[in-house]
Order: sequence, then C-alpha cells, then structure tokens
Amino acid sequence: MKRVNVIQAKAFLKVVALLAPLLLNANGLAFALPENASGVPQKTATAVAAPAPVASPAVAVPAPAAAPEEEKAGDVIMHHILDNNVFAFEPFGSVNLPRIVVGGFDISITKHVVMLWVVSAILLVVFSVVGSKYKKMTPRTAPKGLVNAMEALVEFIRTDVAKANIGVGYEKYLVYLLTVFFFILLCNLLGLVPYGATATGNINVTLTLATFTFFITQVAALKAHGVKGYLAHLTGGTHPALWIIMIPIEFIGLFTKPVALTIRLFANMTAGHIVILSLIFISFILKSYIVAVAMSVPFSIFIYLLELFVAFLQAFIFTMLSALFIGLASAHEGHEEHEAGVAHH
Amino acid sequence: MLTSGIILLAGSLLSPNPGLIFWTAITFVIVLLILKKIAWGPIIGALEEREKGIQSSIDRAHSAKDESEAILRKNKELLAKADAESDRIIREGKDYSDKLRSDITEKAQSEAKKMIALAKDEIEQEKRRALDVLRNEVADLAIKGAEKIIKANLDADTQKKIVDSMIQDLSTKRN
Repeated sequence: MKRVNVIQAKAFLKVVALLAPLLLNANGLAFALPENASGVPQKTATAVAAPAPVASPAVAVPAPAAAPEEEKAGDVIMHHILDNNVFAFEPFGSVNLPRIVVGGFDISITKHVVMLWVVSAILLVVFSVVGSKYKKMTPRTAPKGLVNAMEALVEFIRTDVAKANIGVGYEKYLVYLLTVFFFILLCNLLGLVPYGATATGNINVTLTLATFTFFITQVAALKAHGVKGYLAHLTGGTHPALWIIMIPIEFIGLFTKPVALTIRLFANMTAGHIVILSLIFISFILKSYIVAVAMSVPFSIFIYLLELFVAFLQAFIFTMLSALFIGLASAHEGHEEHEAGVAHH
Repeated sequence: MLTSGIILLAGSLLSPNPGLIFWTAITFVIVLLILKKIAWGPIIGALEEREKGIQSSIDRAHSAKDESEAILRKNKELLAKADAESDRIIREGKDYSDKLRSDITEKAQSEAKKMIALAKDEIEQEKRRALDVLRNEVADLAIKGAEKIIKANLDADTQKKIVDSMIQDLSTKRN
C-alpha cells in the first residue's frame, strides 16, 4: 500500500475515499461489540473468518457459531436505529443523558429528544434570520440566498400543498403545515449526518406528529360541519338500518389516517437506515474486501442518495396528506359531490 | 432475512415511550409557536403582499396596454380620415381646375368667334360703304362726262339714253 501511495497518490486517495465509511463503521462495530456481544468468544469470529470468502463452506459453519455473528450485526443496527440514553460520538466517547422520572413517567432526555432539540434550534436560528430579512423587505426587493431557498419551500407548501388541498381558509392551517414540513425534513436530514439520529425513525415521534394532524383534522371537520354535521358524517349518509355497520367503519376510518401517517414516516426512515447498515454489515459478515468495495460501498452510497430524496419526499408526503385530510374534513360539499369534483380535476 | 427477523422480533422498534411522546409534543408546539411569531407571519405576509403587488402590476400593465391600443386605434382612424379628406380636396381641386379650363377655353372660343363675326360685319360694312362711295364717284364722273357730252351734243334724249346704257353697262360689269 505504501508503494502505491508513492507512485499513485491520486488512486490511493480514491481508495481511501471509498473505504472511509467502512473504516468508520468498523469503529462502530468495535464500539458495539463490548456492549452487546461481550459474551461471544473470540474463537467463533476466527472460525467464521476462514471459510467465509467461499460460499459453499459457509453452509458447513456450525449453526451456534453463525447465529451470534448475525445477532451482533442485528444488534449494532438496532443500536443505530433505536433510541437510548447515550449520545455517542463513537471514536471519541459518549455523553450520558440525564434520566428524569416524574410521577412514575420516564421522561428522560434520550438521543432522539436531543435530536429534536437540535432540529428545533437549527429551525429557530435559520428562520429567525429569514424572518428578520422579511420584516425589512419591501414588496419591490427580491429575496436572495438562504431567504430565497426558504421562500421556494414555503411558497411550495403554501400554494401547491395548502392552497391546492384545503382551498378556502387554508391560511389557518398553514402555520402547522409549514412547521411540520420543516420539522420532519430536518429530522430526516439530520439522520443522514454522521453522529446524527433519525428522530422521525422513532414511532413515538411520528405518532405524536400524526396525532397533531388528527386533532387538527377533527377540529376542522367540527368547525366546517358543526357537531350535528360531524355526527351525520359518521353515519356515512346511509339509511339508519346500516348505521350499526357504518358508524364503526367510519369511526375506525378516523383513526386509520393518522396511523397510516405514523407508520409511513417511521417505516420509511427506519427502513433506509436498516438497508444502509445491512449493506455495510454484509462485508463484515462475509469478511471480504471484494464484497466491501464491489457491493457494500457503492450500494450503500446509492441508498444514501436515495435516502436524501426520501427525506424530502416523506416530509412532503406527511405535509401533503395532512393538508389533504384537513381539506377533506373541512370540505363544504357532501361526499359524492366532492368525489365528483376530484374526478373532474 | 434473519437480521430483519430479529429486528422485528426485538419489538423495541414499536415499543411506546411516553417520555419521547411528551418531549416531541412539547418541542413541536414550542417550535410551532415561536416560528409562527418570528418566521411564518412575516414570510407569509411578505409573500401575500408581493402577490398583490405583482397582481396589481399585471393589472396596470393590462390597462396600459388597453389604453395604448385605444390610442393607436384612434390615431389610425384619424389618419384614415385625414387621408380621405386630402383625397377629397385633391379630387375637388382637379374637378374645379378641369371645369375652369373648359370654361375658359369655351369662353375664349366664343369670344374669338364673336370677334371674327364682328370683324366680318365690319369688313362687309366697309365694303358696302366703299362700294357706295365708288358708285357715287362713278355716278359723279358719269354725270360730269355726260355734262361734257351734253354740252357738246345737245341732243339730250339720245344722250341720256346713251348714258343710261353706259351706267347699266358699268353696273353689270361691276357686279
């Protein structure tokens, strides 16, 4: 390797750039090992190491040896995905977060809570800057730089999401939609940053956000139709004889929407991370540099780029569907008319 | 496959964590309220103001365009009118000049005819007068001749006959 370094420094740099994520994750594995798999004897690792590069002898590896090896990979992945009370900066150490228990409820500050606060801090800083620029702005001055970038997103949420789906009176819900969009987007993106964690990959966070959408949707429906109209909507406009079927169905229907929102965001954010980590761990499980260079690194880079796209997409979808649910709930027409209207558009 | 199975079986992905729910709700609501105050209010206000500004600019541009089109139409109308007017004036001038020319030539011709006729009359009169004078002269001459003849030849009757026949001869020759 040193000879190559002397002769072809550029090629060496390329190789280092490709291997850098692997080396970082090797540290991660080393960090995770003492915590989760301290009981696994060193012997099994070496036993797997020899037959791994060839496919057929791998079958011959005894089952008790293979199982802890894969459990280790799974544990490391879970360690990355799940919430815990340690904020780790892996090669440098970690910060233990305070545990707070109030009245029997564990409201300790976990890694994801810290990430939520980091997201909030970034949002507040960015938007206080942008907002102060807007306060000084006259209608004749054009926005530029960060202000322009944020304006593009805000304008997109305002016209294409809120106005398009809610229609008249969208201004009331705009504050919620904008906040939820930027909040989720930044949570998603910070999960892709080294040492970051995806708060939106935690079902508790997405459930809370979806609950906000649920309550806003119900309040919108109550405001638009009144208590009587709201209850009438639960019967689905059918004959009273069918109410015994319709009311439970419509009642469940109220909750399926936020549950779908919850699971969609949570599963998307979690799945991407699991795929990236699994791709990297394939090279560790097989203990092969060829697999690492040929498969793990390029594929995980590809998935990473895909995750960048998904981060934007899922933030958009959550906001879009929230707006759509609010729009459906506060639609002034009846069900059939509305569907006809949708079909026309 | 086995890894994902273990992850699912671990169950901790779906385990509820009331603390996290609590912190998410608190954080989100606080962020929402602060952002509403510092960012969304001014941004949306500015966007709406700009939207209105752009709309009014477009409206103004449209009205200006309509106005300029109206002015252009009016100008074209005026130009067409002026063209027609000038055409009419030229045509009238031409007609008038034609008429004037024909009038003048007609008048000149009639005048010339009149003058010619007058001149002819005068010539005729002069001729007649000259003839009369000549006739008187001839008559006087004849009378004087006759006197001499008569003085020489007292036979008056025959003389007279001779004179008469001479006069007759003269007049016939003259005519």
